[in-house]
Amino acid sequence: MNYSNLIKVSTRALLRNKFRSFLTMLGIIIGIGSVIAMLAIGQGSKLSIENQVSSMGSNMVMVMPSSQSRGGVQLGNDDSKKLTVDDAKAISEECDAVSLVSPEVRSSGQVIYAKSNAPSTIYGVSPEYLDIKKTKITDGRIFTDKEVRSAAKVCLLGKTVIKNLFGENVNPIGYTIRFKSIPMQVIGVLEPKGENSFGQDQDDVILAPYSTVQKRILAITHVQTIVTSALSEAASADAMTQIETVLRTRHKLKTGDANDFEVRSQAELVKMFTSISDMLSMLLGAIAGISLLIGGIGIMNIMYVSVTERTREIGLRMAIGAQSFDILMQFLSEAMLLSVVGGIIGIILGISSAKIITSLANWPTVVTSNSVIMSFLVCTVIGIFFGWYPAQKASRLDPIDALRYE
Amino acid sequence: MAKKILEVKGLRKEFHVGDITVRALRGIDLTIEQGEFVAIMGTSGSGKSTMLNILGCLDKPTAGEYWLDGIAVAGLSKNELASLRNKKLGFVFQSYNLLPRTSAIENVELPLFYNPEIKAKERREIAMQALESVGLADRMHHTPNQLSGGQQQRVAIARSLVNDPVVIFADEATGNLDTRTSYEVMSLFQELNAKGKTIVFVTHEPDIARFTTRNVVFRDGHIIKEQMVDPRGNARELLNNMPINTDYE
Ligand SMILES: Nc1ncnc2c1ncn2[C@@H]1O[C@H](COP(=O)(O)OP(=O)(O)OP(=O)(O)O)[C@@H](O)[C@H]1O
Ligand SMILES: [Mg+2]
Repeated sequence: MNYSNLIKVSTRALLRNKFRSFLTMLGIIIGIGSVIAMLAIGQGSKLSIENQVSSMGSNMVMVMPSSQSRGGVQLGNDDSKKLTVDDAKAISEECDAVSLVSPEVRSSGQVIYAKSNAPSTIYGVSPEYLDIKKTKITDGRIFTDKEVRSAAKVCLLGKTVIKNLFGENVNPIGYTIRFKSIPMQVIGVLEPKGENSFGQDQDDVILAPYSTVQKRILAITHVQTIVTSALSEAASADAMTQIETVLRTRHKLKTGDANDFEVRSQAELVKMFTSISDMLSMLLGAIAGISLLIGGIGIMNIMYVSVTERTREIGLRMAIGAQSFDILMQFLSEAMLLSVVGGIIGIILGISSAKIITSLANWPTVVTSNSVIMSFLVCTVIGIFFGWYPAQKASRLDPIDALRYE
Repeated sequence: MAKKILEVKGLRKEFHVGDITVRALRGIDLTIEQGEFVAIMGTSGSGKSTMLNILGCLDKPTAGEYWLDGIAVAGLSKNELASLRNKKLGFVFQSYNLLPRTSAIENVELPLFYNPEIKAKERREIAMQALESVGLADRMHHTPNQLSGGQQQRVAIARSLVNDPVVIFADEATGNLDTRTSYEVMSLFQELNAKGKTIVFVTHEPDIARFTTRNVVFRDGHIIKEQMVDPRGNARELLNNMPINTDYE
């Protein structure tokens, strides 16, 4: 029997029991469908994290005070006073793998304009901050170094803050807002960035000179974070060690003392998140794999039934000259047809459910050609693997026993 | 003397069911020549089907020698036997054994699928000729459940002819048919035999056996009688003289 005939004969045999064939395929359909959808979700979230992070600046390196613990006891907020503006200046001067440096002090509170008010967060930074975070200004200007030195009461607003205070499509430049009762003049508008992958609104921000936030709002002399930009993503590891050396010297730490600060690079963060999302995809994939296994067992089961039902047909085929191999191929191709057709339907289903998930839940999904090819191969293998034993059983029948079978 | 198509010597067949040994054939010597139309007769359980299955290379004897068209069958492997059946033998069964939901022409084609020497194009043509020779060319697209028993058996006969076999084996081929239809089928076999086909036909009905050329009678696994049929019946003539459907008037 040649292949086109084999496929024709198998197709006809399966069409003879349409509903049963469909039910048998269902396991594979669901299995492959969920594999494709799960991988699409996994890939999508991984890619969106990567995009997000690189849009935030993939060569960003951050320094934070470490939450030191001694004997398992957290040593409160004292430690968070360890970073200063001078630390930031030292990093900027001494670390040649670092291109830009900005201190960062944050304060959350109510922002008020006329009768409107809204909760928001003010970030005290230096002008370099915009380049480090790859943020642009759509209107107005960033504050000058002179304004930083004088702790000028000026600020830039994100889109959400503007909307909350002024309403849509209002240019707030020149107006004075109040943050924790400190009046500040709006001098610029930040480009909208949308939500980050944790659902945080990145436009709900107010930028002001760090000195202003330090002196007028928080009344502190330290900074909470130092954000820096390495020369490139590849240089971020170098930048991290240089920063560590500089800060250890400045903080007078002896060899053996633990750092009283932490240096984190965005590159590391990406790795962490992608490894989490990889793990998640693997877990989901494993669950989908189990349903594939069950689908395969379903095929095996129905093929056994089919072989038993058609024993006389097998006997007849043998009587008129079918060899064991012909019978083996016939049933094997039936099993493969079941799993491959199921697989194709599953692939289509998986792709469309990924699309639906994206449009309904607004989750990013990416169907890679790899996952499609792999699914296709997997269901072919399932067909061969689970079809083999029933087909083997059929091919080993004795012609006369098969003909006499009742 | 004509060519020997089948020759068996000292053929025995035993079945073991639990502790019991059933001796279905107990030393059979039989020769069938080209062009013969042999009826194997005997009571139920006398070993007719067992004999036919062995002659048809579907089953292996416990002992004895068997030559089919000059080939010693005993030494052949399972696959060689399949290929031998495919190229040299034709089978007609009591229950027709057509593939369900498969058209007549496709049923007839079936043996040719297992013969790699036959191209797809010839296949349809050869099958069509076979179907024509049993008078069912106009029913080629009908499936078995759209055909009467007699027509189904004629399709089965066409299927047995399609590989131009050296011998056709039929086991109770008229067993499920009424008298009239049996005669039609026998008339078809007689036509084939007249064209030179060798046929081995199992039946326990004497009035069917008289259409053949030689009767071999079995009892308890032995051949108890062999005789040439004389005078030989002509199924076509009998059919023509038979009143139609008088039973139901
Ligand atoms: N597969 C088998 N296993 C056990 N015994 C068998 C088997 N096949 C046949 N026999 C026995 O062999 C003997 C001959 O059987 P066979 O089928 O050849 O009879 P038969 O002449 O064809 O009868 P019938 O006219 O009823 O078809 C019987 O006693 C039967 O029980
Ligand atoms: Mg019998």
